[in-house]
Amino acid sequence: MTQDRTEMSEDDDDNSQSPPLDLRSAAIADHCSSSSSSTPNKSRNCMALNSQTFPDHVLENVLENVLQFLDSRCDRNAASLVCKSWWRVEALTRSEVFIGNCYALSPTRLTQRFKRVKSLLLKGKPRFADFNLMPPDWGANFAPWVSTMAKAYPWLEKVDLKRMFVTDDDLALLADSFPGFKELILVCCEGFGTSGIAIVANKCRKLKVLDLIESEVTDDGVDWISCFPEGVTSLESLAFDCVEAPINFEALEGLVGRSPFLKKLRLNRLVSLEELHRLLLGAPQLTSLGTGSFSHDNAPQSEQEPDYAAAFRACKSVVCLSGFRDLMPEYLPSILPVCSNLTSLNFSYANISPDMFKPIIHNCHRLQVFWALDSICDEGLQAVAATCKELRELRIFPFDPREESEGPVSELGLQAISEGCRNLESILYFCQRMTNAAVIAMSENCPELTVFRLCIMGRHRPDHVTGKPMDEGFGAIVKNCKKLTRLAISGLLTDQAFRYMGEHGKLIRTLSVAFAGDSDMALRHVLEGCPRLQKLEIRDSPFGDVALRCGMHRYYNMRFVWMSACPLSKGCCKDVARAMPNLVVEVIGSDDDDDNRDYVETLYMYRSLDGPRNDVPKFVTIL
Amino acid sequence: MAYEKVNELNLKETELCLGLPGRKEEVKEEQDVSCVRSNNKRQFEETRDEEESKPPTKTQIVGWPPVRSYRKNNSVSYVKVSMDGAPYLRKIDLKTYKNYPELLKALENMFKFTIGEYCEREGYKGSGFVPTYEDKDGDWMLVGDVPWDMFSSSCKRLRIMKGSEASALDSSSL
Repeated sequence: MTQDRTEMSEDDDDNSQSPPLDLRSAAIADHCSSSSSSTPNKSRNCMALNSQTFPDHVLENVLENVLQFLDSRCDRNAASLVCKSWWRVEALTRSEVFIGNCYALSPTRLTQRFKRVKSLLLKGKPRFADFNLMPPDWGANFAPWVSTMAKAYPWLEKVDLKRMFVTDDDLALLADSFPGFKELILVCCEGFGTSGIAIVANKCRKLKVLDLIESEVTDDGVDWISCFPEGVTSLESLAFDCVEAPINFEALEGLVGRSPFLKKLRLNRLVSLEELHRLLLGAPQLTSLGTGSFSHDNAPQSEQEPDYAAAFRACKSVVCLSGFRDLMPEYLPSILPVCSNLTSLNFSYANISPDMFKPIIHNCHRLQVFWALDSICDEGLQAVAATCKELRELRIFPFDPREESEGPVSELGLQAISEGCRNLESILYFCQRMTNAAVIAMSENCPELTVFRLCIMGRHRPDHVTGKPMDEGFGAIVKNCKKLTRLAISGLLTDQAFRYMGEHGKLIRTLSVAFAGDSDMALRHVLEGCPRLQKLEIRDSPFGDVALRCGMHRYYNMRFVWMSACPLSKGCCKDVARAMPNLVVEVIGSDDDDDNRDYVETLYMYRSLDGPRNDVPKFVTIL
Repeated sequence: MAYEKVNELNLKETELCLGLPGRKEEVKEEQDVSCVRSNNKRQFEETRDEEESKPPTKTQIVGWPPVRSYRKNNSVSYVKVSMDGAPYLRKIDLKTYKNYPELLKALENMFKFTIGEYCEREGYKGSGFVPTYEDKDGDWMLVGDVPWDMFSSSCKRLRIMKGSEASALDSSSL
């Protein structure tokens, strides 16, 4: 029973720091017995007096008034564990539900427990599916969720999906079923097209947010922009930078013109610089802008080029800038007027050289979030370090994402950033060369780090100066960065690195491992040493049956475990499945998998309250 | 140890040939094959390391480095396609295709011809038409040798060769 509730009350907020399950119960017990909180005392008195009549109703009435103020998922999960009464009231007052794995429970269980849901956040496929490690049509279908919610939550306002398969029919049902619908956010989703988007645009009259982020949207040839209704809209955010389809610019201009509340606008690659200019003149109130292509389709029409800088100058409120999908670098200086206001800048689609970059970044004193391609080189990173003292998040992507590519950024860039950006909290860094010294320096200079993801693109690459494995670098990170919750490792790594992780990585929730380690002991260190581990994704590493068995005490407390191209045997996976009935153990392979073959190509396992799913494709076997 | 085992499995799979587009089995095999693939250009084929004990130095692994595919499309997607004997060129958007069978089928439809069967060792056989492309370095390569992602990001233009020129390419590469 308790296990049921704790599984449902899963805390997945990466930013929250929830105590492990056992401590949490203790904390609640303490809280209830202290006199600082009057509500439980009151209720106890009430219960004593009215034990014959309706104690539960009084209690629940009071609780309802109190609990409605609880926003944090973490707090709500804790409250729901107090007793059945609290569980009931909490379920009645939770208006936003987060489900980290769509297969952890059935839609019916959701609607049976939570009766007044206005907002759903749902995640589907595991992250490694992004890198073609999972065959298409694996699952994570939105359909059963939308059809169940259509009947249960007619007042639903917000749906936020990540890595789900969403069809046009699903979108049509959504648009039809929820008259008060306000926010649709689709991140890394696929299965739908512009026709589905058109239906949402047309039927959701209260729509405030339509954000399509990094999703695959098929071009059905539908002019979806024109499908927004006439008259003033409630639109606050419209992001379609991932939609690879031409749009009706006149319709877009009209839409922006009649959307006075529009703050965020992210254009796609097919909106030209001239069109952007026209939009900016009509929407100076924007705070977040995705600039589209930032290039001309053809040679400029007129002799007189539009004054792009003036258009940006008029956008005094822009603090977040992205886009630059087909950047014509000679126009980059037009953004200079907004640079000093920027808190977020995304250049990760633009091949910008250091010389083009430095004059721009020199003005971005307030920058907190910065994404770019490694084309800015170590030199560009040094410029970031010199100027962006408030930097919290840095992501450097490879322009040429191959193992043998040149690699214009290295340990020099990392070192510079660590020295200049002391408030750094999150970093994703792709490179070809790295040293332990630079990683150690970052661990010492940036104590606020919660996310450290280093991808040395050449597999098994050692410290390029010393020739040693990268163990000490990552060891320093887990040792010195006391707030670290997410770690991705790479380069040549022995079991020692994992020993460090198990010893010091006490807050780690997400761990990504690829081509690392020497033996089962490595994985064992992590499974036995990291009590907060929730998401474990491993590929191409020498961890087998022995290691897998070491984690049996943890798997019910984790969201998922992914292991691909590891020496696991089907027999062992079957043993795990048998020993843990609430764990769904999926073996994902190719169609022509020989049933006799003992080798497990991909293992994906996760806890589930409702047993194995009923939409299993041919290439998946549930043990 | 484990890594080598995986390697062995995958290398065996790379010995399979791509067939005509449209044939389901072949398409599936192509997906399997993409696990480990040599990215050596055709002219370096002789020097490829055949030993399975050493980790291959020039192989492309699926999903590595872990960059989402939409980020890999840094070059302009439209490429010119010429066919020997055809009066004018065509342009296609490489991004609309996800793999070789889709591309080859589109080319066949566009120019009304049939491409022969592809085999890693011998190129295209059977029809006298050979799809080739010019890569970033200016070299003319045979379509199909390298993993799709690598091809689509380095292809600058396509040329469908036919007749004697096509067979010259075949024999010179061996």
